[in-house]
Amino acid sequence: MTDLFSKFDPLIEQRRALLAGGVEDPFNLVMERVVSPTVAVCNGRETILLGTYNYMGMTFDPDVIAAGKQALDDFGSGTTGSRVLNGTYRGHRECEDALKEFYGMDHAMVFSTGYQANLGIISTMAGKGDYIILDIDSHASIWDGCKLGDAEVVPFKHNDIEAMEKRLKRIPEGAGKLVILEGVYSMMGDIAPLKEMIRIAKENGAMVLVDEAHSMGFIGPNGRGVAEDQGCLDDVDFVIGTFSKSVGTVGGFCVSNHPKFEILRLVCRPYVFTASLPPSVVHTAATSIRKLMHGEAKRAHLWENSRTLHKGMRDLGFQLGTDEPQSAIIAVIMPDLERGAAMWEALLHEGLYVNLARPPATPAGMTLLRCSLCAEHTAEQVQTILGMFERAGKAVGII
Amino acid sequence: MDREATAAKIAELIEPFNKKGVDVTETTTFAGDLEWDSLTVMDFVAAIEDDFDIIISMNQQAEIETYGQLIDAVTKLQG
Repeated sequence: MTDLFSKFDPLIEQRRALLAGGVEDPFNLVMERVVSPTVAVCNGRETILLGTYNYMGMTFDPDVIAAGKQALDDFGSGTTGSRVLNGTYRGHRECEDALKEFYGMDHAMVFSTGYQANLGIISTMAGKGDYIILDIDSHASIWDGCKLGDAEVVPFKHNDIEAMEKRLKRIPEGAGKLVILEGVYSMMGDIAPLKEMIRIAKENGAMVLVDEAHSMGFIGPNGRGVAEDQGCLDDVDFVIGTFSKSVGTVGGFCVSNHPKFEILRLVCRPYVFTASLPPSVVHTAATSIRKLMHGEAKRAHLWENSRTLHKGMRDLGFQLGTDEPQSAIIAVIMPDLERGAAMWEALLHEGLYVNLARPPATPAGMTLLRCSLCAEHTAEQVQTILGMFERAGKAVGII
Repeated sequence: MDREATAAKIAELIEPFNKKGVDVTETTTFAGDLEWDSLTVMDFVAAIEDDFDIIISMNQQAEIETYGQLIDAVTKLQG
């Protein structure tokens, strides 16, 4: 018998070697108690959270929590059903209405996770004979959406406008085309030149999907994302987003102005063949989305945090993913996995949690310590974080 | 371009990517013999695509394991 697990042997060995060195397992951390959007107790230590994607700090918002509690009382703990059968409650509609208003778009469809939103929309929209043209650094859920569908998949070099255009022009006459881009790329925290890319996509007859998971609530005058910020949201055919970042709960969505959009509710398998979100989740999400519409002050503070941390890290001598802060993600580039894991552990002992990211999730085989800031991080916390990075970086020998 | 001319052109294009100086034959595999990672594959595919003005989709790439299969595919894709 061939052991089907043998394909994982290299990874098992890599993990064993890493943990044999005595470091805490970076992929097995338990949050024992969560104090606030920015502080938790992890492995018995009070820890500042700098790797949660909780950009707008909505997880402990009193209105959001009250809406969830009320929904538990009024609608029960779960729907036990698909959106197209018994799983559409008033809260799901309220959530979709809030999204339509938030983005100023005609249609909104709520999925059970952001992963499923990409999986569903991409695999359903691009079928046999169609072409998907996408950035090589796209999120796993985008790649999996491509894999689930039957379209021809054509990647281009990250953020390379010319490479995208060349490939678009080579696609056979008459074929359907879907260009897939992200507003913020979560590994390096860099943004896409959406305005120029979308213009070229449209000139070449393609429909455009933009994943704004890491920009919602924060980037753009109304927090609608990078496309809004660059003034090209009207040319985006599908915006994909998530409730698990700025919104502060779980779920995914697609918003669109396409007149035939509603048919997707019947043909999109990852929407149909799964249970809908629990009532408490959609009520917290709807409340949070409406509050995010008026998040100007929080947005301004989050930008300030991002600029302060970025500059502070550079001044300390760390190598960062972007020359300027472009989002609420600041990626600190580690020389290798071993020192990355050592640095991650040193930070945890200091009382700071960041994400350790490594290949294949990262571009170019890099090991990253990924920091995501929150609008609820105080200016003092950001200074404390810089002090922790300085001590850990010197102890591990990175700076 | 016929198969021979295509093969000659690809031999030229693969040169800068063949850092280990592997003796490339029709049966040489990209993942196994050349030990290319996904980024190298992408850059090499882009170089081929740009030179021949074709698209080799991921779906087609999945069918190409050896150097000989690549020459066949590129010959065919030029129509």
